Amino acid sequence: MSVKQQQAREAELEAIGLDAPLYASRAKIFPAAVSGRFRNIKWIILCITLGIYYFLPFIRWDRGPNAPSQAVLIDMDHHRFYFFFIEIWPQEVYYITGLLILAAVALFLMNAIAGRLWCGYLCPQTVWTDLFFAVERLIEGDRRTRLIKDNESFNLETFAQFLLKHWAWLMIAWWTGGAWVLYFSDAPTLVYQLATFQGPAIAYIWIAILTATTYIFAGFMREQVCTYMCPWPRIQAALTDEWALNVTYRYDRGEPRGSLKKNDVLREAGKPAGDCVDCNACVYVCPTGVDIRDGLQVDCIQCGLCIDACDNVMDKLGRPTGLIGYDTDINVKRRESGLPALKTRFVRARTILYAVVMLVVGAIMVGVLATRHDSGLAVIHDRNPLFVRLADGGIRNAYTVRLSNKLPENRSFEIRVDGFAADFVASTEGKRADSGWPVLVVGPDQTFEERLFVTIPQDAMAKGEHHDDDKRDITFRLIDLRSGSQVQVKDHFMQPHGEKK
Amino acid sequence: MSVTSNDPKHVDAATGTSTTGHEWDGIRELNTPLPKWWLYIFYATIVWALGYWVVYPAIPLVSSFTKGAINYSSRGEVIADVDALKAARAPMVNALAKASFDDIQKDPKLLTFARAQGKAAFGDNCAPCHGTGGGGSKAFPNLVDDDWLWGKGTLDDIQATITHGIRSTDPDTRQGNMPAFGDGVLKATEISWVADYVRSLSNLSVDAGADLKAGQKVFAENCAACHGDNAKGNQELGAPNLTDQIWLYGSDKVTIVEGIAKGRGALMPNWGDRLDAGTIKALAVYVRTLGGGR
Repeated sequence: MSVKQQQAREAELEAIGLDAPLYASRAKIFPAAVSGRFRNIKWIILCITLGIYYFLPFIRWDRGPNAPSQAVLIDMDHHRFYFFFIEIWPQEVYYITGLLILAAVALFLMNAIAGRLWCGYLCPQTVWTDLFFAVERLIEGDRRTRLIKDNESFNLETFAQFLLKHWAWLMIAWWTGGAWVLYFSDAPTLVYQLATFQGPAIAYIWIAILTATTYIFAGFMREQVCTYMCPWPRIQAALTDEWALNVTYRYDRGEPRGSLKKNDVLREAGKPAGDCVDCNACVYVCPTGVDIRDGLQVDCIQCGLCIDACDNVMDKLGRPTGLIGYDTDINVKRRESGLPALKTRFVRARTILYAVVMLVVGAIMVGVLATRHDSGLAVIHDRNPLFVRLADGGIRNAYTVRLSNKLPENRSFEIRVDGFAADFVASTEGKRADSGWPVLVVGPDQTFEERLFVTIPQDAMAKGEHHDDDKRDITFRLIDLRSGSQVQVKDHFMQPHGEKK
Repeated sequence: MSVTSNDPKHVDAATGTSTTGHEWDGIRELNTPLPKWWLYIFYATIVWALGYWVVYPAIPLVSSFTKGAINYSSRGEVIADVDALKAARAPMVNALAKASFDDIQKDPKLLTFARAQGKAAFGDNCAPCHGTGGGGSKAFPNLVDDDWLWGKGTLDDIQATITHGIRSTDPDTRQGNMPAFGDGVLKATEISWVADYVRSLSNLSVDAGADLKAGQKVFAENCAACHGDNAKGNQELGAPNLTDQIWLYGSDKVTIVEGIAKGRGALMPNWGDRLDAGTIKALAVYVRTLGGGR
């Protein structure tokens, strides 16, 4: 806004004695179809992301007879998350934390490299809205047709189109909701149940909820979600820097804008004239209705469609493309002041930092995943009483042990306690291995709780074989009888103070 | 709707948006209008609140409150939850009531259920005397050690003790009394001798010059009937083994003399009147896990 415009608007407001209204009506947006490089990229990403979302639950993955055969499954009933060869138990939910950290830093890294890549190409809000736009244009026509229809009242044809559009939208929304619930149950079974009206109520409820949100968000809320509901544009604006590529109107080349003829006249007269012919093609194709020539703005999702629109116009005029393009703030400023543009610096402190954080978090996750054990042992020492004296004068401690078997088969484990003879370690069940140590059997993909008794017998006490301390460290070893793999847990053995005869 | 102010109007040059007229150190607040739908949602929440007042309990009255159209109460919700839990557990509870101890031991699911059920019932009913972990205290037996006062610590024995109690009002209760030998049966010196003798059986120190021979004679004549000639006790009568290291009341001489002179007879209620058979079974299974049943 020029100083003149600013003063004019101020005077205008002064005259009516009012500020701007508190609430603004929404401007109607009728984005025009466009073709070009970024449009093609968006189609490809749309197909890939929606393809993954809709079909992933149907991919099978054989885990044997005791586990579900769905590649990706969130099994709420049994508290398991399956992802191809990975099975996550509830206590391993820190993997999700790791994934969230990776996702957040990936978002920052994308932003440091090329702005709102997430918003423009990958965000579900963008992808579904894009699909809904495509359906809308297919049924009701492109921008020009829809603008005309918008001013007319319904006739039979437009009403039929209106019904068809909303039906198509609802079908997409319904399929979206339907695919969602398939991630929580065996997909083919659930599809059959749903189709024969035998599905669980919770499935229908979630389908209804996601059908409604998809229909409302992609059909009606659209750019309002990005502008008013999403926090990322605000965070993104705070994280960007002058080296990040952003969808940019190169005003150093475009301004002063003017019609083709007017600017030709100016140019011949040796006066400054820009390449922008003010055709508004960039505004017409914008899904959020912004004018990219106003510079970087919070409403712009940087989807690149204005680049396609402008390039098409420049091609027709025989001028070089790229009046709108991915560019850095620093280069626009340099060219404006007559300096040559610099090469885009992808490697800089910011991107290195993000990449290192991602590498470290990723490496930790892979490391933990690769080294995690297929069995687990948790030991809780009895709190009351801490120890008991036995009839013969020996001292016994009791522990509650919980074994977890993360393999889909029955497994027998031997449980050993270092520094004790096998005879003086016993379970309630009393089963023992050939080695004499107690044996516990755990079902496939299950946990098993048992009480374990560890005793220092009277004669050992008499011989002074025990420690003088009230508390000594002991180690429990859980050994898989078949594979020999073992896990260990440290705990304590308690005895009366100063007990020594 | 709009705001009126007397401040000079100002329009931000970069965005073309007017400002609110507020200024802090040269920073002006843009007067960006909210979207209309936001306003409508605000109105919708007001309508929702009105509906809420009608449907749910909302307005306090003098001695009560408006109950709401669907008669909701959080207490009712708890009752419904507890009922739902009972219904969900019913198959296991019924199975437990019918199952024999052998069945329970063989069925891992039933065993896990019985242990969990028993643990909860123990905390509600038994912990006040026996301690939360079954550690016991003076006069209340420790259930975690390897010594059993009544019966041999089998599941059936434990079940019988819980059901009928000890010295309770139940006709089938476990009976057996430690009489008061101080009431003219034994003289104080005899009681002292036998107390020293009993301590010597457990390798505990005795008073200098204690007459263990005399003590043994008193024991054979008065105590052996219940505690046995070898003083190993009798689990049918609840007569404790006097040769081991476990003492229900304490092993010091004063306590032993007191026990002989005044008698002992602690009481355990008969839980058969208060708990159902399934719960008692679960308790027996749980109690057995505490000390391993030995």
